[in-house]
Formats: sequence, structure tokens, C-alpha cells
Amino acid sequence: MLAMPDALPVNRPRSKTDLFVSFTLLALQGFGGVLALVQRVLVEEKRWMTREQFVEDWAVAQIMPGPNVVNLALMIGGRYFGLAGALAGVAGMLAAPLVVALLLAMAFGGVSDAAWAQGALRGMGAVSAGLIAAVGLKLITALKGNPMGLPVCVALALLSFLGVGVMRWPLAWVLLGVGVLGCSWAYVQLARQAAEPARKEAA
Amino acid sequence: MNPVLQLGVADWWDMFRHFASLSLLAVGGAITTAPDMHRYLVDHTHWLSETQFTSSIALAQAAPGPNILFVALMGWNVGLNAAASMGGGWVSAAMAALGVAVAMLGIMLPSSILTYTATRWAHQHREMRAIRAFKAGMAPIVIALLLATAWLLTLTHDQPTRDWPLYVLTVLTTLVVWRTRLHMLWLIGAGGLLGALGWV
Repeated sequence: MLAMPDALPVNRPRSKTDLFVSFTLLALQGFGGVLALVQRVLVEEKRWMTREQFVEDWAVAQIMPGPNVVNLALMIGGRYFGLAGALAGVAGMLAAPLVVALLLAMAFGGVSDAAWAQGALRGMGAVSAGLIAAVGLKLITALKGNPMGLPVCVALALLSFLGVGVMRWPLAWVLLGVGVLGCSWAYVQLARQAAEPARKEAA
Repeated sequence: MNPVLQLGVADWWDMFRHFASLSLLAVGGAITTAPDMHRYLVDHTHWLSETQFTSSIALAQAAPGPNILFVALMGWNVGLNAAASMGGGWVSAAMAALGVAVAMLGIMLPSSILTYTATRWAHQHREMRAIRAFKAGMAPIVIALLLATAWLLTLTHDQPTRDWPLYVLTVLTTLVVWRTRLHMLWLIGAGGLLGALGWV
């Protein structure tokens, strides 16, 4: 029932078809956004990546322009199978859901104004907020090995949360402002760690 | 009433250029550029009616898959409006498909090319200290942003006396997903059902 340990062996997608099919299935199950499902499927079920790797890749997918989950599919596909893999990942993420969305548009173009449909959207929205929160909570364990140390990580996280969630600053500012702070501090810490063994040898 | 349009190659090219220019601005999801799309498609060119615009967004959110598909639905509707003066049937379908292609290629191509090139480079140089620092430094921020997203989604319902069942639903979902491996579709389905019945 509980979250699994992170040190499990990591699989990889077998082929471009595997990528395409996996992302198609993933996208088709992702009502109200795909993000929560991406973490569960890629990390916990397929084990294509560890939690740490997921957080790293998610950071990149988030900071690059474009839809986050599509960016992630593009990055993973590109890493294993180059440009063709990237295209397979993106196509998997978009093709089948596009067909479903268009069919829905043709069938129910006018329904979305009905009271029950609005209610269903409200309910699904509340659930997807919970899904995203749960992913955030799960990923906290990925900070354990972070070279900045846990207290600094918590401080940076708190600052970002306040900036976006409470002060309502634009996302780009927070990514840039807090991001530069975090990356610089991580750089200093990594440099220090690299210097440490050398110093010990000298002593 | 939906607009009846006559769009030429120059118009389609203009739409492509507009979406392509928004593509690189869409940090944190394309939905952040929706206000500008509204300005362009509804206020400026009148290619979409207000209803078509909002229902494109609502429908993409209700459908499975990435929310970026709302852009495809907007393209679809522009195509339908452009075909309205040419009779229906296959012409309609073809114009709608053209609209989807123009809108999606516009919004996806620039950002995808940039992401692909940048991440390939970063992966080849992943042992560089700067790259490792970037990943380590961004990790706590990214996690906080997930929590902030959930928080903001909840805050859109801001009348506690009416909306408290929604808050309860969100908290319950969080606990269930965090602590169990129950399939998420059950939760989404339950949320949709409770909402449709008017219980939350």
C-alpha cells in the first residue's frame, strides 16, 4: 500500500512503439490533466525513472515553454530513440486524445453549458486538485539526496509556494527569481563537495 | 450565432504566426496564454464566438489528455466557421481539420524544437556542474509549484459555505492517492458523478 523505495532497478522503453503506446494509454486515462498519472505510471509502474530523475526532468519540462507533459514525453522519447523517439512520445501524448476531444466536440458541442455537465466539471476539478497535491507530497522524498540539504530545500519550496500560491506572482518571475537562488546555492554546494575529498587527501 | 467566415491563405498564415508567437511564451502551460488567444480570436478577428471560445476550453478540460488540446478545438471551430459559407459535409470536415493542424502546429512547433534541442544538449553534458546544479536547485521549486497548483485550483471555489464539499473531496483525494495505489480513474469518475448529481 505504501510508497515504494526509490532504489529499484530502472527499466527503459523497449521500442518507439512501446513509447507511443505507453503515452497513448497514459494520456487517455488522464482526465483533468495528465500530470498526476504521469508520475504514477512512469515512476511507480513502468519504472522508467526514479523519483529523483522524475523531479529533475519535470523541472526541465516545466521551465521550457510548451505543455509540460508533452515536453516530458518529448524528452523521454528523445533520450532513448533520438528525434524519432521524441516524435513517438509527442504523438502518443496527443493523437488519440485529439480524436477523442474532436468526437466529443461533435457530439456534445452544446452540452457543456448544461448544469449537470458544469457540476461534473466542478467535481472532477476538485479531484484533479487532490491528485496534483498528492504527487507533490510524494515527490518530497526525492529531496533527500539533494546537495543543498533539506532545510534549504524546504525554505526554497516555501518561498515558491508563497510566491505563486499566495502572492500570485507570475510563474516566470518565481521560476527565475527563486530558481537563480536555488541553482546558485546548489552550484556552491556541489563545488564544495567536489573539493572535499581532495582536501582530505592532502591532509 | 457562430461567425460565417471567408478565410484565405493569408488569414491561415496569420493564425499560424500568432499561435507560434504564443508558443514560446507558454511557460507553465498553454492555458496561461488563453487570454491573448481570446483577444486575437474573439475580440480582434471575430473568428470565434464567445461561446465557442469558452466551450473549447471547457471541453478540452473534460476530455482526457493534455489540456493543450483546447487549442486544437479552437482551430476546429475556426475551420467550421470558415466552411459555413461553403456548404457542409466533407468541406466542413476538411476545413475543420485544416484549422486543427494550423493551430496545433503553431502552438507546438517552436516550443518543441526549443525543448528538444536544449534538453539534448543538457543530457549530453549532464555531468557538468552547472547542469547538476540546475537540476538540484530547481527540484524543491518544482515540487512547491505542484502544491501551489493544487492550492490555486481549490481557491477558484471561494465560497466556503457552498464549496466546502469540494474542499473535502480534494483532501480525501490527496490522502487516497498519496497513501494507496487505487486507480485514479475511479477517483475522477467519482468526482464527476458527485458533481453531476449536484452533491459537491
